[in-house]
Amino acid sequence: MDTALLFDNAVVLLPELVLAVGVMVLMMVDIGRRGQNGSQLLAGLSVAILLLGIGASVMIWGRAPVEYLDGAISDGFALSVRLVILIAGVLGVLLSRNWFPAIERQGGAFYSLHLLAVIGMMLMGTATNLIVLFIALEIFSLALYILSGFYRENARSIEAAMKYFLLGAFASTFFVYGCALLYGAGGSSKFTQIHETLATGGGNPSLVLPGIALLLVGFGFKVSLVPFHMWTPDVYQGAPTPVTAFMSVGTKAAAFAGFFRLMMTALPSFHDQWAMPLAILAVLTMTVGNLTALRQSSVKRMLAYSGIAHAGNILIALVAGTAAASSAAAFYLFAYAFMNIGAFTVTIALERQYGNENDVEQSRLAGAAERFPVLAAAMAIFMLSLSGIPPLAGFFGKFLVFKAAVEAGWAWLVVIGVLNSAVSAYYYLRIVVAMYFQQPEQAGDEKEQPFVPASRSSVFVVVVSVLAVVVIGLQPGLWADLLRGLGQ
Amino acid sequence: MSWSLLFFLLVGAVSLAAALGVVTSRQPVHSALFLLTNFATLAVLYITLDAQFLAAAQVIVYAGGIVILILFVIMLIGGDTNDFSAAQRAWSRTVGMALGIILLLVISYSALSRMMAPSEDTAALLQGGTPEAVGIELFTKYILPFELVALLLLVALIGALVLGRQQEGASEGIPSVKANE
Repeated sequence: MDTALLFDNAVVLLPELVLAVGVMVLMMVDIGRRGQNGSQLLAGLSVAILLLGIGASVMIWGRAPVEYLDGAISDGFALSVRLVILIAGVLGVLLSRNWFPAIERQGGAFYSLHLLAVIGMMLMGTATNLIVLFIALEIFSLALYILSGFYRENARSIEAAMKYFLLGAFASTFFVYGCALLYGAGGSSKFTQIHETLATGGGNPSLVLPGIALLLVGFGFKVSLVPFHMWTPDVYQGAPTPVTAFMSVGTKAAAFAGFFRLMMTALPSFHDQWAMPLAILAVLTMTVGNLTALRQSSVKRMLAYSGIAHAGNILIALVAGTAAASSAAAFYLFAYAFMNIGAFTVTIALERQYGNENDVEQSRLAGAAERFPVLAAAMAIFMLSLSGIPPLAGFFGKFLVFKAAVEAGWAWLVVIGVLNSAVSAYYYLRIVVAMYFQQPEQAGDEKEQPFVPASRSSVFVVVVSVLAVVVIGLQPGLWADLLRGLGQ
Repeated sequence: MSWSLLFFLLVGAVSLAAALGVVTSRQPVHSALFLLTNFATLAVLYITLDAQFLAAAQVIVYAGGIVILILFVIMLIGGDTNDFSAAQRAWSRTVGMALGIILLLVISYSALSRMMAPSEDTAALLQGGTPEAVGIELFTKYILPFELVALLLLVALIGALVLGRQQEGASEGIPSVKANE
């Protein structure tokens, strides 16, 4: 191979390259900055880099999919997932600005890790090779372990980072063992090559099922499927809320993208074997997630269990395993990015009102609509969208996934999914009811506290998220056409 | 019996004995040292298979890096052997043995089925282990993962800096302790 091959089709990784160069620039600027104001500059620079990344993705949008060095591909699915992750990245940076003192001191490190996490997540969606897939997983996981422990004055944040790191490292060993077994089964680390070898009767098919089982543990941990979900509430609650908002969306999008591509391009001939175990996991994930969310008193923990339940919904699309289902999953993740980050942003704004505890108790939401009418209205929209009430984005995400699953013959799974949505409506609406129809218990004390205005950038994030949730809900066809699945 | 086979049997026996020592010895430090022996003998086996690069990596990464790290951890947190109750120990031993036997069966099945029908040219395969061959593969076929590992190392580097840095104000001792004085 001569050097020309190194540059042929390198455009596939243009967004990642833009971000990687951006990280270098960011670190250089960090060295040269003076005083406290520098961290505002770094936040602005990070947003600019991420917007450039979005620009780069738009630039290569719609080209015929090509593969780069047998390891990365630029098909519609990869680009759709990239878009979701980049948007989550921009919103996450905007939320982190001004959020906590550690960022003022170590802004360079924080934003570099943030951007590197975005790079790793985007690579998960483009990887067509087991090695690239694993390295991408490690890049974003490692960055997120550190980001969740960034609020070092808070013991819960350190606990979250430690828990996430130890369990995550453990899950990674399962993942890499699974990769090794699949490599042994297919004789190649390339997804398409594994499929070809196994479909033509070669390789060691006996290693495929143990391989899938081990990979399932790794992926299941990252997207928090039920037997592997224990870390989620603790980490979501302990991590700085802006980081939680970013990682709840980014990790899910990235890990599901890698999971979809692996199962649908390397192991489609084993669909009959892996579909049923995944369907059972989906049922468990949705049910346990929703039932546990009912009992939470902290808003962040409630959103964590809601995230688990949403992972179950997206898993239904993978069980279906069709091209339409994967594009439905891309749409679901796109809608989820806005409604979930929006919900966390309102949580951040409320945390500021209630004394910066890095969390909000649901009991404190009583009567919030009277004191913060705009925040309450936005929160109501996000809650309705998360529960899947018709004209909003969340409904169409669920609708497309369920439709694809019914078409693939998984009607019973969809019935359980719909029943679960009904259960979930209870805890989402409980927040709306608390804000609008309940009186605060100690009205006197609450009124005494001065109103702390939300930072401008979080107001911006709320506005963008509300607009997106409504617009996606009103024009779902437009976005469903834009976001592509595998093999489309 | 040729000399090379005798050599292989000898080194292999030491390697197996060391591996048994890792799981049977009661002292964690002894386990770690047995592990070191196991890694070293494996490196020798790699050299006999003409995989010099793998042998060097084995010595540098596993023997030099990982075992030293394990020893550090054991010495820092103390090698307490009574962490588990007898029941837990028995349980984990049973499960571990079962999984190990399954793995052994699967691997030997794979290896034996290959041996019955030798399709590849083993001489050509053996050429793959020289540093030159590995280098060419690494910088052509696997250049993308290679470069991505650079990003991974960057993340680890920044992370170590963030976590290792003293917090401001913490350098003079814990505030609550000072208040008590």
